[in-house]
Amino acid sequence: MVEIRNGKKVLITPVTAEDLADIRIGDIVWLDGDLMTCRDVAHRRLVEGGRELPYDIRGKAIFHAGPIVRPIEGQEDAYEMVSVGPTTSMRMEKFEYEFTKETGVRVIVGKGGMGPNTERACKEFGAIHCVFPAGCAVVAATEVERIAEHHWDELGMPETLWCCKVKEFGPLIVSIDAQGRNMFEENKVTFNQKKDAATAEICKHVSFIK
Amino acid sequence: MTKEQSVQLMTDKMAKFVAYIGMKLPDDVIAKLSELREKETSELARTIYDTMFKNQEQAVALNRPSCQDTGVLQFWVKCGVNFPLMGELEALLKEAVVKATFAAPLRHNSVETFDEYNTKRNVGKGTPTVFWDIVPDDDHCEIYSYMAGGGCTLPGKAMVLMPGAGYEGVTQFVMDQMTSYGLNACPPLLVGVGVATSVETAALLSKKALMRPLGSHNPNERAAQMEKLLEDGINAIGLGPQGMSGNYSVMGVHIENTARHPSTIGVAVNVGCWSHRRGHVIFDKDLNATVTTHSGVQL
Repeated sequence: MVEIRNGKKVLITPVTAEDLADIRIGDIVWLDGDLMTCRDVAHRRLVEGGRELPYDIRGKAIFHAGPIVRPIEGQEDAYEMVSVGPTTSMRMEKFEYEFTKETGVRVIVGKGGMGPNTERACKEFGAIHCVFPAGCAVVAATEVERIAEHHWDELGMPETLWCCKVKEFGPLIVSIDAQGRNMFEENKVTFNQKKDAATAEICKHVSFIK
Repeated sequence: MTKEQSVQLMTDKMAKFVAYIGMKLPDDVIAKLSELREKETSELARTIYDTMFKNQEQAVALNRPSCQDTGVLQFWVKCGVNFPLMGELEALLKEAVVKATFAAPLRHNSVETFDEYNTKRNVGKGTPTVFWDIVPDDDHCEIYSYMAGGGCTLPGKAMVLMPGAGYEGVTQFVMDQMTSYGLNACPPLLVGVGVATSVETAALLSKKALMRPLGSHNPNERAAQMEKLLEDGINAIGLGPQGMSGNYSVMGVHIENTARHPSTIGVAVNVGCWSHRRGHVIFDKDLNATVTTHSGVQL
């Protein structure tokens, strides 16, 4: 579901392919509902190990993130989100097509760009990749209402699947849309042109070996 | 004070300092980010900077690490040979990291290689890393503490160029790394470049360069000139905050150098992310601590 709230475009899980249809790269959206942290080893287990996720994320969101959590005193098996910012999404690129196909995840949140596997997944299955401003882990943590479940704890704190309930989680900057357009790749073309020009300019001034 | 008490005192002070630098950025980084924030014009760049500043305020208000990736701790120690706890330093720094890990809390970021398990104490074989400079006829101990996060560690690269490649080759090496990996490493970046003789000498210098205060320059005039050229050049790429495009890309470029073998140019690049969590503290022989990077903190 999509709701416009105080000028913010809020995606509410479960999210459908139609909800994402008119969202474009560079848009800023927010998220209400279910968001599960999921990174390197969990992707590997599912794609290479053929294991099923212990938590259903169909129509929901994942967060490439390894958080800091702490036990809530006086409660059994309850944890508080202390600090949770995105990690480099590109590490999950080699797994993300299969992952999206198998799980039906709709919103992938992380840091930096992803590549052709994720573009193809977003386009074929109706999903988006968004960037949460990296290093802003306290803002993100305060937008987590609670940790509802946690799985695969044996992987240690960063790799555990922390299943969160979030409220106006964002800003989420859309970097791959459901049409498969990729903001980072499009920016890279410009960046590389500018880099070549800048490099040529610098090289005019650094002929120190004569 | 007995030796044991001294060790305990310094351990406690360092644990407190480590936790503190995970929560609050150094003064020079905050000032530079404020300056760059004002120079961005697009709504996207401004929204990102707004979130970054809100995050730093909330981290202090809630007394939490500002970024969840509190890194692998690295300590650059410049120790006078007469500093009373020189022999105890490596062990006490390790203990300080464990203490800070549970107090702050910090993320458990030490995975033993080959056995591939997380130690769940944030320390392991060789972590935290301690680099040494020994100072003769001195009884002080200076410590740079640095949280090396995964994201800004990934772009690190070192290689040995043939002299024919020249400083043009050094330039190309650094610039290529900015658009391939740098943009994902949380710009605006602090870029450290080592120019030396081999991979390990250049690599160490490139990280050491990140300890220097922002706005400082290499004492060699040509090296300083190259710092400025690279800074302007990387800014011209327009990576913007988080690499999502903008008017600026870096907080600075620092070059550190040594002499080289006539047949080689060792070059390395290391980057620090915008959340550049490094702190500098000086202990005297009585363990009075002076923090130079963060105003208003008492250990």
